[in-house]
Amino acid sequence: MKNKKLRNDIILVLALIAAAAAAWGVIEISGKEGAYAIVEIDGAETARYPLDTDTETVIGNRGGSYNLLVIKDGKASVTEASCPDGICVNHRAISRTGETIVCLPNRVVVRIVGADAEAPDVVQ
Amino acid sequence: MKPARRAATLGIAVALALILSYVESLIPISVGVPGIKIGLPNIVIVFILYRIGGKDAAAVSLMRVLLVSLLFGNFAAFIYSVSGAVLSLAGMILLKKTNAFSCVGVSVAGALLHNAGQIAAAALLMRTSEIAYYMPVLAAAGTVSGIAVGIAGGILLKRVRL
Repeated sequence: MKNKKLRNDIILVLALIAAAAAAWGVIEISGKEGAYAIVEIDGAETARYPLDTDTETVIGNRGGSYNLLVIKDGKASVTEASCPDGICVNHRAISRTGETIVCLPNRVVVRIVGADAEAPDVVQ
Repeated sequence: MKPARRAATLGIAVALALILSYVESLIPISVGVPGIKIGLPNIVIVFILYRIGGKDAAAVSLMRVLLVSLLFGNFAAFIYSVSGAVLSLAGMILLKKTNAFSCVGVSVAGALLHNAGQIAAAALLMRTSEIAYYMPVLAAAGTVSGIAVGIAGGILLKRVRL
């Protein structure tokens, strides 16, 4: 009776640790890579592009300013822009959730989100 | 147990759980994830659950959550704690009824359900599911501390007479 409970306890603990380890593994492997590049102009989302499809898009804003968003090999980068400082162009390609490329002069933000992201991410 | 004796016992239990909450708030555990605690108050909850009963354990646990939130926390903390405590208690009471686990297994389940309840409340309040990424880390930590808490509860149950 006592041994049976001990055995059940051990089974429960091992199962929980295995489940936690498995979930952890899944998150480490898949969870942190972003799924979409979101384009925001003046803080409002105007478009989202899946990272798994190679595309080149001109993000146009008022006054003829533009940023060229390139998605290639699962990474998003800005390769050309009308802005004078070129910070967005020099930014390395981004692919993990939460990473952003910001172009202040054109008020354009490119942000990586996960597959389930709906609202702006409030956690960290 | 006579009503007066029971009231006094539960009062002592609430006081003990409250002190243990305070003690564990003094022990910093940083592994990169917020909200990891040892769960020392659960020693008292497990003890009451086995020695007196589920309803009494629930009363002690909810009083503890209310007092801790009033003394050290805020309303958001209260919501998280209540969600965790209710889920944890329900799970422990059910698991004890099955009679398949010792108080160690019951305590581990209680620890994890406490985490799960808090995560669920946070996900609802903040409208983000990404917080669930914390769960595996919390579960691993909760399993370890749940075992320790369960063993401590078992020793108390063996030695302490009411």
